[in-house]
Amino acid sequence: MRFVDEFRDAEKAQALAAQIAALCEPGRQYKFMEVCGGHTHTIYKHGLEDYLPESITLVHGPGCPVCVIPMGRVDDAIFIARQPDVIMTSFGDMMRVPGSNGAFFDANAQDADIRMVYSPLDSLKIARQNPDKRVVFMAIGFETTAPSSAMTVLRAKAEGLENFSIFCNHVTIIPAIKAILDSPDLRLDGFIGPGHVSTVIGCRPYEFIARDYGKPLVCAGFEPLDLLQSIYMLMLQLAEGRSEVENQYTRVVPWDGNLKALQVINEVMELRPYFEWRGLGFISHSALRVREGYAAFDAERQFLVPGVRVADPKACQCGEVLKGVLKPWECKVFGTACTPETPIGTCMVSPEGACAAYYNFGRFTRERVKEATRT
Amino acid sequence: MTSQHQQYQELSREEQVLARIEKARARKAKLKEERITLSHGSGGKATQTLIEAVFLEAFANPLLAPLEDGAVLEAHGGRLAFTTDSYVVSPLFFPGGDIGDLAVNGTVNDLAVSGARPLWLSAGFILEEGFPVADLERIVASMAAAAERAGVQVVTGDTKVVQRGKADGCYVNTAGVGIIEREGELGVALARPGDAVIVSGPIGDHGITVMLARGELEIESDVTSDTAPLNGLVERLLDACPGVRGLRDATRGGVATICNEVARAAGVAVVVDEEAVPVSRDVRGACELLGIDPLYVACEGRLVAVVDGDQVDAALGALRSHPLGEGAAVIGRVRDDPPGLVLLKTSFGGTRIVDLLVGDPLPRIC
Amino acid sequence: MCLGIPGEIVEFMDDRPDLAKVDVSGVKRAINIGLLEDEKLEPGDWVLIHVGFALSKIDEDEAKAALDFLEGIGQAYADELAALADSRIE
Repeated sequence: MRFVDEFRDAEKAQALAAQIAALCEPGRQYKFMEVCGGHTHTIYKHGLEDYLPESITLVHGPGCPVCVIPMGRVDDAIFIARQPDVIMTSFGDMMRVPGSNGAFFDANAQDADIRMVYSPLDSLKIARQNPDKRVVFMAIGFETTAPSSAMTVLRAKAEGLENFSIFCNHVTIIPAIKAILDSPDLRLDGFIGPGHVSTVIGCRPYEFIARDYGKPLVCAGFEPLDLLQSIYMLMLQLAEGRSEVENQYTRVVPWDGNLKALQVINEVMELRPYFEWRGLGFISHSALRVREGYAAFDAERQFLVPGVRVADPKACQCGEVLKGVLKPWECKVFGTACTPETPIGTCMVSPEGACAAYYNFGRFTRERVKEATRT
Repeated sequence: MTSQHQQYQELSREEQVLARIEKARARKAKLKEERITLSHGSGGKATQTLIEAVFLEAFANPLLAPLEDGAVLEAHGGRLAFTTDSYVVSPLFFPGGDIGDLAVNGTVNDLAVSGARPLWLSAGFILEEGFPVADLERIVASMAAAAERAGVQVVTGDTKVVQRGKADGCYVNTAGVGIIEREGELGVALARPGDAVIVSGPIGDHGITVMLARGELEIESDVTSDTAPLNGLVERLLDACPGVRGLRDATRGGVATICNEVARAAGVAVVVDEEAVPVSRDVRGACELLGIDPLYVACEGRLVAVVDGDQVDAALGALRSHPLGEGAAVIGRVRDDPPGLVLLKTSFGGTRIVDLLVGDPLPRIC
Repeated sequence: MCLGIPGEIVEFMDDRPDLAKVDVSGVKRAINIGLLEDEKLEPGDWVLIHVGFALSKIDEDEAKAALDFLEGIGQAYADELAALADSRIE
């Protein structure tokens, strides 16, 4: 597969790993945060940490849009799904996220009609095919996905569809990164910056991180060599005493972002004054909602959602995992009460969640498996 | 302090947590849900929990306990294999076959991997009011052709009709009986360190075909289902290779699920080499597009064999000499440690675990 | 969710200028190219696909530059290993 396989080459990985190791100052520990859940997933899926020296630790960040949805919003979505003649549509990642009374999957087992879709356009198709039903799309994701939801709303308007709306839970990445930077618990040396979010917002929005906080940031692609190269670029910056925003993912990310995508988001959506993030609390201007002019396509206006705030279960330490303060296995309920089968929190149930990634892919110690995987 | 306690203290904190988790995983799973969800039908963890908590509890007997693809029964001085399967695939017709092909081939395969010569099938139909007779005739014609190809007969059956809105057109249940003429035991619990794990051809064709045939994703591809009767292939393998420990039909849950079953049943580690796993280009493309791992995608005409490491060449030779086994490859090895885990050496050169999935990325595949 | 996959544009749809058919390793799907309307896409171009939309046109020159860089590092590493193997101190 072009543009994929070349960036998974094991030989080049070894070479990069040697370069990274050569840049490590003896006795110094390095901590980089990868913001994106997609990056966390890649790291574990390909076993990237096998190539990093002991002195480099990767800390998992809050860039998992499913992970940060509070339970109350899941309850709201299920409430909408339960209304008469409603077909709720959602990405597969949301289907098992627990609300107060179960997840979408459990709601389906009772009386709801919640269907998995690959694209919001599939949701639109269902709306066209079912004129007597009200079709709602559970819109989640960072700025990567918001343009797609916005375009779909515009398409619905152009077609004069009257039975389609979105339940908007889009969040923005910069406030999340800022929450990390302002957190007293964490001492990071740099950031592996978002890849696909940057395709939309460009690299400029991150400049304050390098300038005001003095931390280097490298926007990274999603193949394992992209990540390894990004770590190399971060190490080089540290070795040379620089603190800049760099773009490793130049084949996809334009420095100025995608203007059309930003315009489309701005046309259909606006920033909410504040939004609750699971584990991070209320953050101002961190999420999007549908504008007044598109009220007919806003599920929150079309349905009277309860909007009840639900506290996370006491045992849940997702917040600390999302902030990178705890490693997944350091959470008290990791792997015992909280498993992919019986998740307590979102980090365990989202495919990009740090706990899910560690449990499903990384649940072993290197020394023990070295023997087993030696050919 | 006991020596075990001392050992525990010496392990790093992370190892301690992992040890605690392994203990928790070894405990009998409790069924927490009050209602059945789609996950329970996926062939992964939720299915296992349901089987253990509900069916094994109620039916408890030593013949059921091994939970292999078929039960091995002793009768009149000989041995029989007995299996059953239900087919709820949607859509009913897809490139490469239909529910009828699956029904016959699936049952034949379960018998074949139990070491039996498949002989007799039953076929029960649950039909929806309003279902076109022409479609039923098509399905039955497929079954007849598949039975002829496999050398089995449908000797008994049943028909029920339910109201419009139930049964989604047509559900089929089959049961099958075969005679075990060979000596010796077959079972993945017999796997031991040094064994090789072999797959008979490229994986994931069936699951992806059905997923795309549903038409919801609007993906065009040339992928076709790999549904096929494997009894001839199994015969050839068992004739050439006495060191076959166990065989499995790779259906729901894919090759990853079988490797996990081997690891658990035998208390061994299975180390899979990602580069060695055969996947067709189209299946790979569809999986990347949808974000699905081909290791978990269903096949309907592939077998997984655990074979004595010294007999790999004989096994591969036998499989590759048969049209259904041309793409046979060694995908992994059995090791003694860490027990119960499946590890993957990624193409990138790193390592990760391959666990059972909880739900199913592709529901109603078979 | 971050899932973005490269695909090659194979044809456009006459009746729908906002759609194009892409090929991902032999598998084809129609996707919405509305977010790239300023790019003047052509068959043979590669785009990044995310939930049915093209988010960015893949810059093949940059891709090649990235691979050249990796190749360079790989070569330097191989050279060093070779030098290490060749050198003797005794």
